[in-house]
Amino acid sequence: MTNLLRHHLFWPVAALVALLVANTVASPGFLAITVRDGHLFGAPIDILRTTAPLLLVALGMTLVIATRGIDLSVGAVVAVSGAVALSHIASSPNPDSPVTVLTAIGLALALCLVLGVWNGFLVSVLGIQPIIATLILMTAGRGVAMLITGGMITTVNSAPFKVLGSGFWLGLPVAAVLAFGVFAVVAFVVRRTALGMLLEATGINPAASRLSGVRSKTLTWTVYAAAGLFAGLAGLLISADTMAADANNAGLFIELDAILAVVIGGTALSGGKFNLSGTLVGALVIATLERTVTVVGISPLVTPLFMALVVIAVTLLQSPRMRERLTAATRRPVATTPPEPQSAARPDSTEVKAR
Amino acid sequence: MARTTLTRTVLAAVSVVSLFALGACASDAGGEPAAGGETSGGADDGVITLGFSQVGAESGWRAANTKSIQDTLTVDNGFELKFSDAQQKQENQIQAIRSYITQGVDVIAFSPVVETGWDAVLQEAKSAGIPVILTDRAVDSSDETLYESFIGSDFVKEGEMAGEWVVEQYDGEGYQAVELQGTTGAAPAIDRKEGFESAIEGSDVEIIDSQTGNFTRAEGKTVMEGFLNKHDDIDLVFAHNDDMGLGAIEAIEAAGMTPGEDIKIVTIDAVKDGMQALVDGKINYIVECNPLLGPDLAEIAQKVVAGEEVEKRIVVKDEAFDQAAAEEALPTREY
Repeated sequence: MTNLLRHHLFWPVAALVALLVANTVASPGFLAITVRDGHLFGAPIDILRTTAPLLLVALGMTLVIATRGIDLSVGAVVAVSGAVALSHIASSPNPDSPVTVLTAIGLALALCLVLGVWNGFLVSVLGIQPIIATLILMTAGRGVAMLITGGMITTVNSAPFKVLGSGFWLGLPVAAVLAFGVFAVVAFVVRRTALGMLLEATGINPAASRLSGVRSKTLTWTVYAAAGLFAGLAGLLISADTMAADANNAGLFIELDAILAVVIGGTALSGGKFNLSGTLVGALVIATLERTVTVVGISPLVTPLFMALVVIAVTLLQSPRMRERLTAATRRPVATTPPEPQSAARPDSTEVKAR
Repeated sequence: MARTTLTRTVLAAVSVVSLFALGACASDAGGEPAAGGETSGGADDGVITLGFSQVGAESGWRAANTKSIQDTLTVDNGFELKFSDAQQKQENQIQAIRSYITQGVDVIAFSPVVETGWDAVLQEAKSAGIPVILTDRAVDSSDETLYESFIGSDFVKEGEMAGEWVVEQYDGEGYQAVELQGTTGAAPAIDRKEGFESAIEGSDVEIIDSQTGNFTRAEGKTVMEGFLNKHDDIDLVFAHNDDMGLGAIEAIEAAGMTPGEDIKIVTIDAVKDGMQALVDGKINYIVECNPLLGPDLAEIAQKVVAGEEVEKRIVVKDEAFDQAAAEEALPTREY
């Protein structure tokens, strides 16, 4: 029991379960999944689909935060991505052709990658504080998106593009398959190779890791580029969901939701050790929370307060101090509990090497 | 070492330059920069300088409204238009209005994002002797002298028209309706809700759930998904604008049902995409909210500057469309 309590994912998962229980109480058929028109249908499936964009953004954010950075520009990148893709489709003579859609997706992702590289350049080469460097694009990015769409909400009708938002593959929403697929690939690459450890080393002590032969600059550059690319993909999913590119509102505050997902998942903003599975749970908690507001029928006037209370509760329970207290309460006889061993990296060893 | 410093300096300079380029793009799109260096000539030169603070670009309706204003208040028609987009934030609007006051424009016009909290800034405009015209949305203030005129649709009436049609069509069938509200606190959301509720009173149509979809497609879709998870027997959706209704259509289709048949949809606005959906049979009824306020605004602004009396409330005439009427009207509509 105490081991379970001490597991780093215990409280986030508990919050997720509590939210699901609250939903099921309010609407008994909440967890039911049925097959309709040859695909799965039900609230859990909806949640998986609405989690997809946030998961992608939070995934990039986790990597950036691991290197001691932060990326505030992802929301703007989401808007730019949708604006580019839909403007291209809208201006093409044949919006239903797969070639047009693939070109649009390619263009959008390429531009977002460039925006990510720009952030990486400011941070790793010019050494600008990440929060400032990405703030630039956060404010300018929506302007760029407005410029692309000409200040209008661009809407299109394109069957192949719509698949991204509302299509199904093997009975599951395409958006969810894509996002979870990307997540799995990144998790595999980061955790089954030394990359994760190198990222953590960079986050814990950039100077020391550089002296010990880690190419910190390249790594930092790469994570910002990845964050831009993932945000671009998220932007495509969001715009395909409504088939509209809204420069002002697409992905608005998603950067804050993503940071929240990372924090709920137990990754510290101070960088270093990071936790991808935690981010996944964090993103699911946020998406479920948004659904809960509607299902439980909370008045729009108190919705922000309700969400704040849930988030405060989860972050409090996640905080190291609080967890220590709780562990102490459940295991009174033992005076101190050893710090929990983290999967791959022992940060101390890299620091020792550096000296 | 010196070489790397030089490289860095050059790189920094390059990025600063490109930054300015980005910044220029941003301010191009977001309207004019807030700083008010030049002062306008005033009405003496025959050109009326009008500062307009738009809510944002949240819906197709708003885009049509913006276009009407920009196309009417042109130099040819004797106007110099200063336009700014508040991105749905009251503080941005207040800031824009203040900057228009410092610039000394002849007339200020704006569509208030929310109803309350305008007294202070409107008082400043009054003290500076600049007349204010409200378009589309009203403010909730005890002091009516703070603005000259309010041009816009009667939102309560729009809600009533929608409700009356629903009662006429479906009364006696025990319909369960859900409501997608506009932005919490905005005049159209409050008034349309009130109008609809008063119209269905006494019938057996019942509103079983109501949430805000913030006038956007994306939120309309998410909220509707939630409603579909929660309730098994929704018969009707009343959306405070077309865009939320279009979002609801997506959610209903994803749930394997046919919008317009299994679940009836009634919305307000009548923008192009909404009218198209009405013709396609996915929406059942749309009450129009006329966005072409530019000509009215131009007329009132000219009168106000000339010192003539204007009416405090100018109601724009709205129509309503069912599927047959939409098919007829769609090809000739301007927006």
